Amino acid sequence: MGERPKALVITAPGINCDAELAQAFAAAGAEPELVLLERIRRTPGLIDRFALIGLPGGFSYGDDVAAGRVMAVLMREAVYPALAAAVERGTPMICPCNGFQIAVQAGLLPGADAGRWPARAPAPTVALCPNRLARFRDVWTRVEVPADTRCIWTAGLTLDPEADRMPSAHGEGRFETDAATLARLERQGQVALRYDARDNFNGSMGAVAGICDPSGRVLGLMPHPERFTRWTQHPWWTRLGPESVRGEPLGLRMFRRAVDLVRTGQHHRSTVPA
Amino acid sequence: MPSVHRIEVRPAPQGIDVRGQSVVAMASTDPDLQAPSRVHGAAVYLIEGDLDRSAIDRVTRELLCDPVTQVAHHGAAPARGRVVEVLPLPGVADPAAESVEAAIQELTGAAVRVLTGERWDLEGVDDSAADALARRLLANPVIHAVHREPWCPDGFPMAKPHASTVRRVPVCSLDNPALERLSREAHLFLSLEEMQAIQAEYRRRGCEPREIELETIAQTWSEHCVHKTLKSRVRYREAGLAPGSPTLLDRGGRLDGHATEDGALVVENLLKRTVAAATHRLMEPGSPSSVDWCLSVFVDNAGVIAFDDRHAICMKVETHNHPSALEPYGGAATGAGGCIRDVMGTGLVAKPIAATDIFCVAPAGMRVPKGCLPPGRILRQVVAGVRDYGNRMGIPTLNGTVWFDPRYVGNPLVYCGVVGIMPRDLIRGRAESGDHIVVMGGRTGRDGIHGATFSSAELTDTHADEFSHAVQIGNAITQKKTLDALLAARDATGGPLFHAVTDCGAGGFSSAVGEMGAKLGATVHLDRAPLKYAGLSPTEVWISEAQERMVLAVPAERLKALARVCQDHQVEWCDLGTFGTPDRDLILLWHGEEMGRISTRFLDEALPTPTREAVWDPAWSAAQQPAPAGIDRPTTLGQALRRLLRHPNVASKAWIVRQYDHEVQGTSVIKPLAGPHAGPGDAAVIRPVADSTRGVAVGNGLATGLASDPYWMGLAAVDECVRNLVCVGADPDRIAILDNFCWPSCKDPRNMGSLVRASEACLDAALAYRTPFISGKDSLNNQFTTEDGRTIQIPPTLLISGLGMVPDVSRCVTMDAKAAGNLLVIVGMTHGRMGGSHARQVGVIDGPDDLPQVDLKAGPAAARAVAGAIRAGLVRSAHDCSEGGVLVAAAEMAFAGGIGLRLDLHAMPTTGTMDAWQRAFAEDPSRYLIEVAPSRLAELQRSLGSLPHAVIGRFEDSGHLAVAGETLALDDLRTDWNSGEEGW
Repeated sequence: MGERPKALVITAPGINCDAELAQAFAAAGAEPELVLLERIRRTPGLIDRFALIGLPGGFSYGDDVAAGRVMAVLMREAVYPALAAAVERGTPMICPCNGFQIAVQAGLLPGADAGRWPARAPAPTVALCPNRLARFRDVWTRVEVPADTRCIWTAGLTLDPEADRMPSAHGEGRFETDAATLARLERQGQVALRYDARDNFNGSMGAVAGICDPSGRVLGLMPHPERFTRWTQHPWWTRLGPESVRGEPLGLRMFRRAVDLVRTGQHHRSTVPA
Repeated sequence: MPSVHRIEVRPAPQGIDVRGQSVVAMASTDPDLQAPSRVHGAAVYLIEGDLDRSAIDRVTRELLCDPVTQVAHHGAAPARGRVVEVLPLPGVADPAAESVEAAIQELTGAAVRVLTGERWDLEGVDDSAADALARRLLANPVIHAVHREPWCPDGFPMAKPHASTVRRVPVCSLDNPALERLSREAHLFLSLEEMQAIQAEYRRRGCEPREIELETIAQTWSEHCVHKTLKSRVRYREAGLAPGSPTLLDRGGRLDGHATEDGALVVENLLKRTVAAATHRLMEPGSPSSVDWCLSVFVDNAGVIAFDDRHAICMKVETHNHPSALEPYGGAATGAGGCIRDVMGTGLVAKPIAATDIFCVAPAGMRVPKGCLPPGRILRQVVAGVRDYGNRMGIPTLNGTVWFDPRYVGNPLVYCGVVGIMPRDLIRGRAESGDHIVVMGGRTGRDGIHGATFSSAELTDTHADEFSHAVQIGNAITQKKTLDALLAARDATGGPLFHAVTDCGAGGFSSAVGEMGAKLGATVHLDRAPLKYAGLSPTEVWISEAQERMVLAVPAERLKALARVCQDHQVEWCDLGTFGTPDRDLILLWHGEEMGRISTRFLDEALPTPTREAVWDPAWSAAQQPAPAGIDRPTTLGQALRRLLRHPNVASKAWIVRQYDHEVQGTSVIKPLAGPHAGPGDAAVIRPVADSTRGVAVGNGLATGLASDPYWMGLAAVDECVRNLVCVGADPDRIAILDNFCWPSCKDPRNMGSLVRASEACLDAALAYRTPFISGKDSLNNQFTTEDGRTIQIPPTLLISGLGMVPDVSRCVTMDAKAAGNLLVIVGMTHGRMGGSHARQVGVIDGPDDLPQVDLKAGPAAARAVAGAIRAGLVRSAHDCSEGGVLVAAAEMAFAGGIGLRLDLHAMPTTGTMDAWQRAFAEDPSRYLIEVAPSRLAELQRSLGSLPHAVIGRFEDSGHLAVAGETLALDDLRTDWNSGEEGW
């Protein structure tokens, strides 16, 4: 095995899932480091030192105005160019929950269509709106990985129907976009994760739980894979049989894939469609 | 010339207005409201400042409006029905506005002022219905201005500036009625004896007190800050006891009391002789079982116990009842925030790792007296307040409960408990002379003035107007930043950057600086505190209870390092002065001029301790409880079970629980809802240290149904708390508990008498279960006086919160049934005492009302035996028998796991003969239900030894519960239980 790749975990006032995101990176074999957004805004070049990037969940800047909005404003000019350059170089990035909400407003998702990232952050084309029942909800759901996804974090994961659930906890996670954009995302394999139709608790369009950029490296998703890296985090682990818990939990497997790609150098390979 | 721009943002026409729809839904649950046919919601931003049109457009496009799903309107869009616009009153915190101001500065470089509000367009209602919707659902006049058309002001209103002089208040020559009047009118809420002590002090000094001095004394001596009732001398008598019943007087020796000639018992410092005495006796070294894991009890902001060799765990439980009655959202949020700060201010900073919340409210749909908010609004808003504060700070809210009783209508109870973790070598701090007084976090404003004294008052129908300044809006993000900075300062290379820390809670700086400097004195430059707005008087700065502020004692040589940490975390701080004055005085300065000087000795020692009269009168106490419902007996046990599952105390609280993020921090092991069908878990478990498999269990006990005798109620609460913790795998030899008394006015000797009974229960139960109290709290004036002078007293309410250590989380169990073929075993004796039971409440059963009694030998023995069986791996699931009795608990296990159950209630161990109804629905304490595989039954029976136990059922692959010849579909039972959200 190679050495432990460095993972950047971006924190800011109100970000509060930074510790568990760092632990998930560590459990998957990376070496995480927490850095405050203000420092990155002053010296965006520090991003270049990292082989993986995480934009954690929480309530950045209180989620005032809308979830992730203020943090996105603070990132669009000062930080977006360095992040886009890093992704273009092949750096995988994961953005759970508030990270997803920030990423879609900071121009990082659904990402650069032709594989070249624009110099300035583009305007949002998808949104994460208040849940259908206008209420925060903490719940584990069944999920599906679309067979044709190009997301390096989720593609090829096999799911155990009993044990493989994902935890979500948010008030603004309803995925919305226009029909043409959704069709394009589906066509290009950019839907990285869906809720099982029975568990689409926030009313997301197309039951979309997560999307990736066309390169498959940047994943934004409402569920929290970093909260499912040990079996004792599963809501009914006390009744799972030994065959269900033989492997690693679903969340850890997602981190493992990205970290392993980086360790073996495969993340540089372009996956942009012809 | 700055002008005010108005921008409205609403869902795009093709989108869904979920917030508008939710207003329609909520309005239709309130019997006193005419529900609108349709509601359109919009966010309103008023921006005062010098922005040109292109800047405003950019702010709108990039900050305020999402281009995918929203549309923006500059100015006021045409009305679509009756308009209700809601904005914060001047001086009320508006955290969203602060974020918008900062973001506009980032985008345009312009410094602007912002107000944020909501506009609702209501279709299908007339003006009076719109007014009613505004009043009952959309706004609260305590904190909101309501406009009936879009509000487009020329400039922002300003809060009134107050004089910066400090006036003297004539006290020395007042007679007693005048002293009492002053206490009331100046909102000091001090007793006549206390006012007389102040008068004596100032007569001695030969001057009149300055207002700021009087305020300092009132804050410091408030019930909220010193617990003067529980610590006072009590003269206790008993009246009308049934012949032969055990009396406290017979047992007075245990309270170190002395008998008087007229047959009363005098106890000095009730708290010290009961709750604290239990802990100190358990901690006495010498015996092999002595408790050696309590590290800091009753002295700090939270009680501290050992977790492992490196870490300590602390816990605090607070109430925020009176503010939550007036403004449930802000009151509950700041209650949670304050309790979190208590934990942050324990030792040299603990990191909050879990929260638990218990609410006591009136039932849904109850018609309320004037001056009260409808229960639906109170509960929904209390939940939202706790949710928003805890979720935003990233503290998992693990569990909680709700208790319903009409007597909470004017005075709901909001308990917030918080658990923290810290390094074991940092559990104590002490300010030193010469240390700088550093304030970190939020700015000081006029909010929250008189919170400490207000909490000691009794609510009346006019309090909403009089005390609106005591209600605050929290800003969880400011507190999260402050926590991050404090942790960085604590963990700095070379050791913590401060000698001591405490939170600014009730009484504001006056209490925080006063407490830290109690043995040192302090010089305080009040003009240095950063203010939210200009115009505060020195007195207001000193006693403001503005949220999110922490006070530190920082040695001069570490100030620079602390400043750097604060800058990194974008946290404001100021150097307010220094600790240490020659005479231990508190010296208050305003631009160098002395505004006040108070002796800490006087504050510390001069509080009069009058004797409080207490009478235990069982007949009176029983008469305070509601008469049981008339008998309306269903024909079968199954029908009764279904009725009980729908009782609000029993029914699912999932609609509340799921609004809390119970998994943030990634430490979750046992969640509040158990099994694939999300049944009611007994307690929650987290694994707080990433590289350790040790766990912490958090649970609660509340037995308000037994309020007619608070002695049995207190024992039952401790027993329930222990049972809950044991059922998930906590070690009963490592359980610490916290007391939290919420009582009606203890000026009434009969209420004081029932408080003594409950305190005695705390002593007896803690000793018997070997569960030391480590911290506690009391709120002793919970009643509401209606417009026509009627007083509604809450039932005496004692919450016991518990913290249990779990040696290895992989041994934890949950309550959901696991597999067909397994057996259901009951542990513990059923006596069939129906007093206070839910079956009596809903008219399922009648008969004598004798209260269930905890057996102080059998209860602890059962807890230890069940824990031993769980540790040995014999137990597949375990559930505590509580509200509703055995049949409810067994049904919950079955439907949570989705496994059928055949039940034989006649196999239960009982004292004497009793019918199936008593067996099914008695709520006797100290009973557990355990699921065991047949192959392990013999082993389990051996480990239970001589404890009463029996196999009472077998799980089966049937999808239904079979009992007494009936079969009930699990799906139906689950549907009944899931009715918990109905009406809210």
